[in-house]
Amino acid sequence: MSERLPILRIGENLLVSIQVDLDDQTVLNLQDDLADQVVKHGARGVVIDITAAEIVDSFVGRMLATIASISRLLDAETVVVGMRPAVAITLVELGLSLGGVRTALNLEQGLAILAERSTARTAQA
Amino acid sequence: MIHPARDTAAKAAGAGGTVRTQAITTSDDVVRARQLARTLAVECRLSLVEQTKLVTAASELARNTLVYGGGGQMNGEVVHRPGGRGVRLRFADDGPGIPDTELALRDGWSSGTGMGLGLSGARRLVDDFDLRTAAGEGTTVTVIKWTH
Repeated sequence: MSERLPILRIGENLLVSIQVDLDDQTVLNLQDDLADQVVKHGARGVVIDITAAEIVDSFVGRMLATIASISRLLDAETVVVGMRPAVAITLVELGLSLGGVRTALNLEQGLAILAERSTARTAQA
Repeated sequence: MIHPARDTAAKAAGAGGTVRTQAITTSDDVVRARQLARTLAVECRLSLVEQTKLVTAASELARNTLVYGGGGQMNGEVVHRPGGRGVRLRFADDGPGIPDTELALRDGWSSGTGMGLGLSGARRLVDDFDLRTAAGEGTTVTVIKWTH
C-alpha cells in the first residue's frame, strides 16, 4: 500500500521528512508531488530530511538524485539533510555517490545553505 | 556459480535458528523482507554499519526478485561458524533467470529501469554471495553477512 508523504512549506522552501520505511511507489509519488509543489509555490529550495531513514538503497538514492535534477530545472535547489554515517558508508560501497546532490548534516545547516543562495540571488538582481 | 570458494563457505555455515520466510509478491513485501533482514541482523548482533549494509543488500535483492523474477520468496536465518555468527538470506524466484551472469553483475548494467547497481552493489555489501541461475530456470541468490 503506497502512501503520500506530507510536504511542508517554510517560506520559499519545501520540506519533506522521510520517516517511514518507504515502498517504491511512495518514493515515486514523492518525486511527482515535489515537482508539482515546487511549481505551485514557486519554491526556491527543497529540503529532504532523511534523519529517520535507516537505509537508502539504490531506488531511494536514484529518487534523491532525480528530485535534485527536476528541481534544478524548475529553478529550485535541493539539499538532503541528516544522513546517518552508516547510510553514507553503505551508499558509497553500493556505488552511489550522489554526485549531483547537495547535502548538509542537519536541517539547520540545510536551510542556511538555501538562505545563502537566496541572498546571492537577491544581490545579483 | 560465481564464487566457488565463497559458496563452500556458505554451505559450511552450520544451521542456526529457525528459518523465517517472507513471500515477495508485492512492493509492500519488499519492505517486509527488509524488516525481516533487520530483525535477523539485530538478533545476530551485527554492528550498526553491518546491519545497514545487510538491510540495504536485502532491499536490492528483494526488489530484483519482485521486478525481474516476477515474485518469489526470501528465507532468512542466523547461522554459526567457528568464531562467529552471521545472517544468511536466500532470495528465490521462478522467473526467466539471468542468461549472462557476468554481464548482470557488472556495475551499471541493467535489463530494466534501475541503475544497474542492484546485483553488483548487493554483492559488495555482503561477505558471501552465491548466484544460481540459468535462462528459464529462475534465480536464487544467497548472501551471508558475518559478524566481524
